[in-house]
Amino acid sequence: MIPEYFSYTDSFLHRADPRLKIVAAVSITVVIAMSRSYITGLCGLVLSFFLVGFARLDIGVVARRLLAVNIFTAFLWLTLPLTYGGETMEFLGFMTISREGVAVAALITLKANCIVLAFLALMSTSPVSSLGHALGQLGLPEKLCLLLLFSYRYIAVISQEFQRLSRAARIRGFTPKTNVHTYRTYAYLFAMTLVNSWNRSHRVQQAMMLRCFNGRFYTLHPERLTAVECVVFGVIMTGVFIMAFWEFWKLQG
Amino acid sequence: MMEYEAPLVEVQNVTFSYQGRKHPIFEEMNFSLEREKIGLIGPNGSGKTTLFHIIMGLLVPRKGAVLFKGNTVHDEKGFQELRKSIGLLFQDADDQLFSPTVLEDVAFGPLNLGFSPEEAREISRQTLSNLGLSNFEPRITHNLSGGEKKLVSLATILAMKPELLLLDEPTNNLDQETRFRLIDILNNLDLSYAIISHDWDFLEKTTREVYAIEKGAVTQCERACLHEHHHAHLYGDHPHHHED
Ligand SMILES: Nc1ncnc2c1ncn2[C@@H]1O[C@H](COP(=O)(O)OP(=O)(O)O)[C@@H](O)[C@H]1O
Ligand SMILES: [Mg+2]
Repeated sequence: MIPEYFSYTDSFLHRADPRLKIVAAVSITVVIAMSRSYITGLCGLVLSFFLVGFARLDIGVVARRLLAVNIFTAFLWLTLPLTYGGETMEFLGFMTISREGVAVAALITLKANCIVLAFLALMSTSPVSSLGHALGQLGLPEKLCLLLLFSYRYIAVISQEFQRLSRAARIRGFTPKTNVHTYRTYAYLFAMTLVNSWNRSHRVQQAMMLRCFNGRFYTLHPERLTAVECVVFGVIMTGVFIMAFWEFWKLQG
Repeated sequence: MMEYEAPLVEVQNVTFSYQGRKHPIFEEMNFSLEREKIGLIGPNGSGKTTLFHIIMGLLVPRKGAVLFKGNTVHDEKGFQELRKSIGLLFQDADDQLFSPTVLEDVAFGPLNLGFSPEEAREISRQTLSNLGLSNFEPRITHNLSGGEKKLVSLATILAMKPELLLLDEPTNNLDQETRFRLIDILNNLDLSYAIISHDWDFLEKTTREVYAIEKGAVTQCERACLHEHHHAHLYGDHPHHHED
């Protein structure tokens, strides 16, 4: 089962058209990822915090997600100041570290948190199913969207199937060790899971044929934009454009 | 003059064997489904599921034919017509529910039948509410419990407004509550159906007649025999004759 912690509560952002949210999240990500200045990064962080507040996400869960990201950035803080080179400065009186290394680590931390927050606020507030349909409406090839939707639907089932098989193995006294027997057993388990999934896909296809499927998917959600949504996302996108122009202008100057 | 009404669906002189198997599961077998509520019972591997799949055109018999409303079904196109009138409930609901949300899944059939999104939505709402599943609409399909999945997959088929239902072991892995609910739903349906089941008690409560399928032949079980079975051995699934 894939828990979707954030898609259950309700807010304006939850109800907003997923297409707008995808476009906004992708633009924020691109602009922030490309940016070289703290100002853009900070503006982005403010925007992201604003979006998270707007989506009324559970602060505890958000904090836990950020922790996961910052475990990764912590490694950058451990390595970059020592290895980056360039101008150095004293640290705690007994060692020297790279000034630029610190700067880069700080910028990356800022960007990473900003992007994660934006995605939490914009993407995790839509069920994967509506994201899949929205991607299709945004022009992503239908096959890719269906791949996403079907994977989403069946990953849990496939994992259950694998667990059932490995439980059956364990019941008969199988304990994983570092030996050929273990590798072979795991190979069998994977292979059986593949075979089972293949058979299941065949049955799913039959079920679809029985309900008169003839190769064309019809969507139940012809989404329509509301005026409020357009205005709010207009404001967000304007902010993103200003950040992009600021970056561009700085690069020139 | 009485007009002869052909059975809804018939299999005639069907011989079928799976690829790579020597012995056919059915040999020259005949079976017809009228507009009624019947049960089908038989040991594991006797070909009950296979029979349903032959009727639906998912499996093609080596010899013989499937007749729909008195006319032989020749090709996939004919079976597509037949599938609009006959719904099959699979043994495993996970095979049947592939859409992300319940409402989308129920609407899948009506949309394929050419209804507009609004109409499909309305039909699905109505079907779910008839089954007492209204609050399920926005639920994510893979988060449903086993019993809920079974009821929703029944809804996906009923939404296509079939004339006949084929149910393949609907009470397998079902909790008591859902089982009672299913009995209730089936009894209130104004629809013919055929149920494969090992659950004598369930068949007794939902069907009028029970047929036994064994060694490639279908024979009628008497009502009394069904009753006796129910009391004698609740889970006995081997059909046999009771000599007086
Ligand atoms: N895809 C298949 N390939 C080969 N043999 C099969 C296949 N499906 C079922 N069988 C065999 O056909 C027989 C009848 O199966 P089935 O119709 O599923 O029986 P039932 O539903 O009555 O338990 C069984 O012996 C089974 O092993
Ligand atoms: Mg079966």
